[in-house]
Amino acid sequence: MLAVITVTGKDTVGVLAKVSGECAAIGANIIDVSQTVMQGLFAMIMMVEIDQIQCSFTDMVDRMETLGHSMGYVIHVMHEDIFNAMHRI
Amino acid sequence: MLNTNDILETISMIQDENLDIRTVTMGISLLDCADADIEASCRKVYQKITTLAKDLVPVCEQIEKEFGIPIINKRISVTPIAMLAGVSGGDPVKYALTLEKAAGAVGVNFIGGFSALVHRGFSAGDQALIHAIPEALAQTEHICASVNVGSTKAGINLDAVELMGRIVREAAEITKDRECIGASKLVVLCNAPENNPFMAGAFHGVGEPDVVIHVGVSGPGVVRSALARSGKNKSITEIADLIKRTAFKITRMGQLVGTEASRRLGVPFGIVDLSLAPTPAIGDSVAHILEEIGLEQCGAAGTTAALAMLNDAVKKGGVMASSMVGGLSGAFIPVSEDAGMIDAARSGALCIEKLEAMTAVCSVGLDMIIIPGDTTPEVISGIIADEAAIGMINSKTTAVRVIPAIGKQAGEELNFGGLLGYGPIMKVNTLSPAVFVHRGGQIPAPIQALKN
Repeated sequence: MLAVITVTGKDTVGVLAKVSGECAAIGANIIDVSQTVMQGLFAMIMMVEIDQIQCSFTDMVDRMETLGHSMGYVIHVMHEDIFNAMHRI
Repeated sequence: MLNTNDILETISMIQDENLDIRTVTMGISLLDCADADIEASCRKVYQKITTLAKDLVPVCEQIEKEFGIPIINKRISVTPIAMLAGVSGGDPVKYALTLEKAAGAVGVNFIGGFSALVHRGFSAGDQALIHAIPEALAQTEHICASVNVGSTKAGINLDAVELMGRIVREAAEITKDRECIGASKLVVLCNAPENNPFMAGAFHGVGEPDVVIHVGVSGPGVVRSALARSGKNKSITEIADLIKRTAFKITRMGQLVGTEASRRLGVPFGIVDLSLAPTPAIGDSVAHILEEIGLEQCGAAGTTAALAMLNDAVKKGGVMASSMVGGLSGAFIPVSEDAGMIDAARSGALCIEKLEAMTAVCSVGLDMIIIPGDTTPEVISGIIADEAAIGMINSKTTAVRVIPAIGKQAGEELNFGGLLGYGPIMKVNTLSPAVFVHRGGQIPAPIQALKN
């Protein structure tokens, strides 16, 4: 199973490192990352495998949200099913 | 692999355009709770609801978190209580208080089903329940009442129509110190669906399984934004297509949430109701969609045609996205729950007669309309009869949820708070239909009923 992590906020050094560090701590395996900086706004989308995570998925959502708050970023973690349902027939 | 644009589109629909699941509604049959002793009957009702629905709210909250989609309401619909009152006798208000206690215990926003189906006449329990509605709604906060007074197959029960004019007024009168809120939880229907997840008209029909999960989606903001992005040069055919595609995506979300809730609760999945349900929040208005299509303000000439196209396109898009579509499915036009409708009613662009025409092509009826406090019960009955006739002849659901603002006049406002919203008192035609509504009897089923 996959989850989609989206990170948005003002571009600063080390965002990717902190988010991927948290993924490693939880046991979420990153399989794809795309990121861009538009007019100083940092936006990143990360696909991670969540089969082996060491906490519940809802805990992961909370932990990432808290991490976002501490860095001044908005971080969302959503199950891939919602995107598949909406965009695949 | 998912593509970045798709991911961003979903996220912006949820964050910026108010996309949400409006309701996950658990339908529960109470037929096996009926008992000749009303106290025993109430005990069984409480027991059954609190057992079956104990995980409803936590499971919905879990789904909200995992999928990142808000589920605004968690609700329950039950077997029309008139059926239980028919067996037990006694004061039906006891059932309302039992349901209120059960709603508190499981944490749901509303329980619908303080209802009676009287489209062909009254049976045991129906009259008692209808007379108890004002008191039941005054003594509870989370209970919704509905009465079905007509259908295409049965015609219209004019005795019930006359009675409901008085009941609607009474429901407002005994809650006049609370913005007449009683009447906002009471709807009079024609062709009421048995699997509707939306309030106030939700009840669990007798043909439904013992317990079932229905989902009501929403998303007027998403449709409006899609239209705004497409610009003013697209033809109406292209606009219809765009609405269809957007409705498809919204409904897929409802189907996913319904399937998940049903799996996690171990309860069969019923239907997705693909309704565009507005809220008073900015950017969540059906009226603003109509204005985006190209009307100066909702209520202008062309409103009915634009709404007809919208209603139809929503259904066409939604029907392919879900394996089971039901309920009301279309566009709602509740005045006090829609920022654009409120503005249009305030400015005088929208009048009750125009709304009546709009109900011939939308998914429900005259909904959340605040009328002057001195409106007579006969006029309210007349309004109900007109709406029921539109439903009966067009084989569609119609409804009347009007709130007489006791002690107030056209131009003043009521504010119910929350999703029920606020709005101005709208003028009604005060000419009397008294002789007509007091004739009683049954308006015969129309020729459309003879389909066999």
